[in-house]
Amino acid sequence: METVYENGLNLKATELRLGLPGTDNESQTQTSSPCVKNNNKRSSSEMDTEKQESVSPPPKTQVVGWPPVRSYRKNVLQQQQNNPESDGSGMFVKVSMDGAPYLRKIDLKFYKNYFDLLKALENMFKCNIGVYSEREGYNGSEFVPTYEDKDGDWMLVGDVPWDMFTTSCKRLRIMKGSEAKGLGCNL
Amino acid sequence: MCLFQCIMNYFPEEVLEHVFDFLTSLRDRNAVSLVCKSWYNVERCSRKKVFIGNCYAVNPELVIARFPRFQSLTLKGKPHFADFNLVPHDWGGYVQPWIEALAKNGISLEELRLKRMVVSDESLELLSKSFPNFKSLTLVSCEGFSTDGLAAIASNCRYLRELDLQENEVDDHKGHWLSCFPDSCTSLVSLNFACLKGEVNAAALERLIARCRNLKSLRLNHAVPLETLQKILVQAPQLNDLGIGSFVSDPYTESYFKLKAVLQKCKSVKSLSGFLDVNPRCLPSIYPICTNLTSLNLSYAPGIQSNDLIKLIIRCKKLERLWILDTIGDKGLEVVAATCKELQELRVFPSDLHGVGNAAVTEEGLVAISAGCPKLNSILYFCQQMTNAALITVAKNCPNFIRFRLCTLNPVIPDAVTNQPLDDGFGAIVQSCKGLKRLSVSGLLTDQVFLYIGMYAEQLEMLSIGFAGDSDKGMLYVLNGCKKLKKLEIRDSPFGNMALLSDVGKYETMRSLWMSSCEVTYGACKTLAEKMPRLNVEIINENEEMEGRPKDKHRVEKMYLYRTLVGARKDAPPFVWTL
Repeated sequence: METVYENGLNLKATELRLGLPGTDNESQTQTSSPCVKNNNKRSSSEMDTEKQESVSPPPKTQVVGWPPVRSYRKNVLQQQQNNPESDGSGMFVKVSMDGAPYLRKIDLKFYKNYFDLLKALENMFKCNIGVYSEREGYNGSEFVPTYEDKDGDWMLVGDVPWDMFTTSCKRLRIMKGSEAKGLGCNL
Repeated sequence: MCLFQCIMNYFPEEVLEHVFDFLTSLRDRNAVSLVCKSWYNVERCSRKKVFIGNCYAVNPELVIARFPRFQSLTLKGKPHFADFNLVPHDWGGYVQPWIEALAKNGISLEELRLKRMVVSDESLELLSKSFPNFKSLTLVSCEGFSTDGLAAIASNCRYLRELDLQENEVDDHKGHWLSCFPDSCTSLVSLNFACLKGEVNAAALERLIARCRNLKSLRLNHAVPLETLQKILVQAPQLNDLGIGSFVSDPYTESYFKLKAVLQKCKSVKSLSGFLDVNPRCLPSIYPICTNLTSLNLSYAPGIQSNDLIKLIIRCKKLERLWILDTIGDKGLEVVAATCKELQELRVFPSDLHGVGNAAVTEEGLVAISAGCPKLNSILYFCQQMTNAALITVAKNCPNFIRFRLCTLNPVIPDAVTNQPLDDGFGAIVQSCKGLKRLSVSGLLTDQVFLYIGMYAEQLEMLSIGFAGDSDKGMLYVLNGCKKLKKLEIRDSPFGNMALLSDVGKYETMRSLWMSSCEVTYGACKTLAEKMPRLNVEIINENEEMEGRPKDKHRVEKMYLYRTLVGARKDAPPFVWTL
């Protein structure tokens, strides 16, 4: 901040501080975000060489009460962000089908169960997916619905309860039945 | 005695009272009270509405003694910075003693409006049973009550016209408070329960709406399903103000088609809000309402992206008030500027509260609005960055600001182009906007900005400062210059004892002063309290390790002082010391 001022006052004595009373911290440089009462603040452009291991600036921690937004509003927005279903943008996931020239997108929020979903997929891609069974998956079907879950694994659609599926499904892939060995068929 | 006084004294009191009835503004009524004793008496006995900006400045007995026949009471409790978690939970602001005193003294209360107060279920029940003519309850940012208290209001207030709950923290017992409105209740004009989290009985709600033919304002919470909304709107096409809690549906369902049809008939809706849960693909059903809207609040709807917001706003040509999230972006604000020529008030809230920097509005959006909306007089703007040049342009374009609140997400960010402090920009605002009553500043700011404020902001009543200034001079410029200052709140700024003690008499002309994380010491606060017995100087001490009182030279973390007629309050918690 010293570089900005045009007057020659001794600013150190009265400089703006963001620390606890009684502590003696260097002032922030103006472009980095202020840290909450943190005794170990360093300006990000003036690191000690010996502290180079922790090179990245401290994470942008919150200053208490900044930005000045009412707690009620904060809580509401927080809840909406934690609850992805309620943010209105839907649970859109890409759907690919082997051999189709382009992908589609559907909003999982609007289907109440696997039956509705599979019917919709059959209509969308004009394919035959058939019926799920726990023992044999979609054995015998021309096409088998699979999905990529949060861990990046490809799973067979239908194994887990519907709600668990909608929250963990990242994308769908309708595989050809002939390729679907090992995903429940012919076990 | 002058001629005028002779003539006025000739009129019997009833005539004076009738004349005073035409004085609606509190300031005017306060002014006539000062003319002479008989006017004072006539005015005080005929005053119907009492406004108390700080509940600890007086006590209920004093109010009742002066205004024996009032029917409407407005009370404010906690200091403004309580909104941002700077005031501990049990600081105070209880309404219970007020309700008890009013009931005991036979006040015929019809209207109660509370802001930042602690309201218990017991208080609500006492309220509902003590005043047979009670008509209107408004609670803003209050806490301490549950839906049980609301059930008491619903059950017992036979002539209830207004129940308006704005942004309160309510303990929702998911009971049937709404079902407690008796079948005989047909008087509701305004019902706002948007802040409640629990469900209400849909059938009871539909019946209530159907029998309240005078209902003009209805704000639902997010637990009211779309089907119920549709049925309600069929019963109440006369609504002026509608708050839709949840607007989620598959646009191809039958209930959506029905809703679309009924919305087309809601021609009198002028104010729209809510959309806590929203499927943007359902928004086109709102388009017919847009043409008549004067007020639109989408600040709780992060689910609506910029494109959908623009499609909505472009149809709202009559908009006078717009509350929105910064997801609208500068481009979206340009659309607002081009479309909403009647706009008077704009609030742009941050959608990303962790300050990660995805905020989408900058100084460009503000400049566009100022250029396109000549009637703009009130703004709250949370932005990623700002420049002096932009503020100077805004000041030129909009000299009519009454309220100007700017909040940069980084509180000490300098001019984004020149890296200089934002002093000159705010200086231009106060110089140009001669009627400015409320100002919040942010960004990198030196004492210079306060020199400008003290020099030019002659009408300023409320000033909010954070992370600004270099020395005591800054605060002194403000205290010496702003003659009409009523509320000053400062946080994290290097103002200390010299500024605090330079003009102690000033604080009796103001409602309150808040200083937190500044340089004032315990000793100076004690000195101030000693010199000014009609001020309460409260120190809020959250440091549990401290034993006994701090030494005089210790800095005070939080100080709140306010003028009062009734001395130290008796309900202060242990961590609040009134010096």
